[in-house]
Amino acid sequence: MDVIELTWWQLALAAVMVVVLAGCTAAMRLGMSRSLLIAALRTVVQLTLIGLVLEALFAAERLVWVALMALAMLLIAGREVMARQKRRLKGGWAFGIGTLSMFLSSFTVTVLTLTVIIGPDPWYRPQYAIPLLGMMLGNTMTGVALALDRLTDTAWQQRAVIENRLMLGQPWQEAIGDIRREAMRSGLMPMINAMTAAGVVSLPGMMTGQILAGTSPALAVKYQILVMFTITLGTGFGTLAAVSAGSRRLFDSRERLRLDRLSAPRK
Amino acid sequence: MSLERLSLDRVAVGELAEVSLAVAPGEVVCLSGASGSGKSRLLRAVADLEPHEGEVWLGKQAQSQVAGHAWRRQVMLVPAESHWWAETVGEHFVNKPEETELVALGFELDALEWQVGRLSTGEKQRLGLLRAVSREPRALLLDEPTANLDDATRDRVENWLTSWIESRGWPTLWVAHNLEQIARVADRHWRVERRRLKEVVDAWT
Repeated sequence: MDVIELTWWQLALAAVMVVVLAGCTAAMRLGMSRSLLIAALRTVVQLTLIGLVLEALFAAERLVWVALMALAMLLIAGREVMARQKRRLKGGWAFGIGTLSMFLSSFTVTVLTLTVIIGPDPWYRPQYAIPLLGMMLGNTMTGVALALDRLTDTAWQQRAVIENRLMLGQPWQEAIGDIRREAMRSGLMPMINAMTAAGVVSLPGMMTGQILAGTSPALAVKYQILVMFTITLGTGFGTLAAVSAGSRRLFDSRERLRLDRLSAPRK
Repeated sequence: MSLERLSLDRVAVGELAEVSLAVAPGEVVCLSGASGSGKSRLLRAVADLEPHEGEVWLGKQAQSQVAGHAWRRQVMLVPAESHWWAETVGEHFVNKPEETELVALGFELDALEWQVGRLSTGEKQRLGLLRAVSREPRALLLDEPTANLDDATRDRVENWLTSWIESRGWPTLWVAHNLEQIARVADRHWRVERRRLKEVVDAWT
């Protein structure tokens, strides 16, 4: 079964309806028609561009290009993790810790999944590698950003408690233990929720896409389960690495709490 | 019983000029001075909670030679305002204190089961002292240990503290404002004046 071809004028029809929605919100003075239209426009431009890039990438099927693409995705994700934190570690540590933990977890799990489990030929076949890595990075990014933000913000708010625990002679791991656990929880919660609701409340996007593309639901389900597990692995190990490194960085070699290593929140 | 001196060797932190000072076992040295003059920061430096210059010795052991938490377990700082993180008071204690200690500080015997949320400022201060002392340190750093207490309770806490310090032989640095209290508890008195810590030669003995 082939996918029914979509032409540009069919898309234009959907676009007209978005414009109608924008018109309605403008008429009701909700003050969001402008941002709605800009967002819609961005979707068209960004997705068209990435479509061109992927077409080229699939045609070339060279490891160098796939690696370059992966690197670009990683750096953008690292920047995003940094931008989502209210109080970030100074001196490039926020970017460094976020990017490195995403690299370690997402890349390892993606490469393992490709080589050991799915096994396309060649193993870096962009048709498999890029979407898989994209889903991994997108979710790991959310987890790492949430966890690091929670870690630094809570440590700042509870600095008096942490220091009092240090005064009583607790090692730094114990003094910040509760906060570390909370940070891990908030990083992993979105994925746990997604797995809980999968198939009951929501039909996951990738599975829906495969079914639309003509894959049998049974096979689509298998792929979806695989992807959810790998995403959970990536998010889990990424969050673990980021929280461990981030909380270590909050203390110095004398186990003093060093909140001067955090930047002030931007207004 | 540990009979070790606590010595500060050219410790400098913040605005305060460097401090050299030795506290004998069981001796109480009171520190006073205007608020903001750096007394609390000095105590934090002695507990190694803040980066600082100079070295602190407990007996033959140098601060920089042991891990941070190991040093703080021995040289214990009790802040003016104590903080509580678990649900009940008892969970904050490593060793359950004797009932007589609770009574000496004016508590009922069930105080360890109390919810942390219901503690008043004064109760927090007294339980904070008990929490620190029951961890059996080897030197004490007290930052205004009776700031939130009424007169009767203050006397009670002073007596309780001095008897512990005496019986255990802990060298003690005690930040205080009240000159009468200093006269009651201090063996020596140092005062911050124009960013320098100077010994006040006793006018009261």
